[in-house]
Amino acid sequence: MAGSKTLNQLPVGSAAVVRRVNAGGIMQRRLLDLGLVPGTRVEAVGRSPLGDPIAYNIRGAVIALRQEESSLVLVELES
Amino acid sequence: MGLTYQSVGIPATREMFNVKVTDNRSVIALAGNPNTGKSTLFNALTGLRQHTGNWPGKTVLQSKGSFIYKGREYTVVDLPGTYSLLANSVEEQVARDFICFAKPDTTVVVVDATCLERNLNLVLQVMEITEKVIVCVNLIDEARRKKLNVDIQKLSELLGIPAVATAACTGEGLPQLLDLISQVVCGDLKPKPKLVHYSSELENAISKLEPKIKEVLGAELNSRWVALRLLEGDKTLIESLEKFYSQEMIKATREVLA
Repeated sequence: MAGSKTLNQLPVGSAAVVRRVNAGGIMQRRLLDLGLVPGTRVEAVGRSPLGDPIAYNIRGAVIALRQEESSLVLVELES
Repeated sequence: MGLTYQSVGIPATREMFNVKVTDNRSVIALAGNPNTGKSTLFNALTGLRQHTGNWPGKTVLQSKGSFIYKGREYTVVDLPGTYSLLANSVEEQVARDFICFAKPDTTVVVVDATCLERNLNLVLQVMEITEKVIVCVNLIDEARRKKLNVDIQKLSELLGIPAVATAACTGEGLPQLLDLISQVVCGDLKPKPKLVHYSSELENAISKLEPKIKEVLGAELNSRWVALRLLEGDKTLIESLEKFYSQEMIKATREVLA
């Protein structure tokens, strides 16, 4: 897939579309509940001083995710 | 056997939530995503001044208040804001346990009119637990400002439950909401939630589990919902069952699970 990355690699200020969530179990459910379902547009909006967590705009709400969570979400950069 | 709560139709587990149990008092729960105005709505309904704030996670423990409408007393419980009821966090567990075990006479799911899509996940989850649900599309003034038009009638039809648009901070829509609450509580209005149908594989598993769950829990909990949670391997539900129900019930549930 061209432009495919995990969500934690998405630079602040850019947006991508969720392709897959690879978490499994409870974490899978949690990420889906937060709105990270395939096809959802996500924008990285801010980085905390130490670089983790990163805040994302997901379906109209800004949610901060840790690397361990965001690295499980496969996204495709918007062209 | 004396007069149990069961015999008067009030769930016995309700008093474990510090909700005063009397005949002429109905319990309403306010559920919803974080930051959708549940606490503002709570204050508007009860006339209290519970702390409201524009940040997520403000209401971790539920607050309670009451009001009287058409001669009936209502206790309103403001649940913590959650995106889900799958009990991955304390807030979610508090909210889920209240809806499951205190069995509110009506649960009002407060949703943000400006981002309906992300809010409807929780509405569907609540609908899976209880039929007595009203969806309250709050922040409708914000939506109007953003030139968003919400078709309340259509939403209500699609979900099979009553819906109302409100702006809790100005009081818009509150009379209609109160009216819907009282109608659902009295049974004049019976919501018929349209449930999600899963893959045939999952539906088969559910129909195998459901009769066994009904044997154990009777009509205490929605058996379809319990089946789904057991299939998902949700251990927090069993913990909560332990807290609220007798040992025999738990043992039997574990056996079903095994």
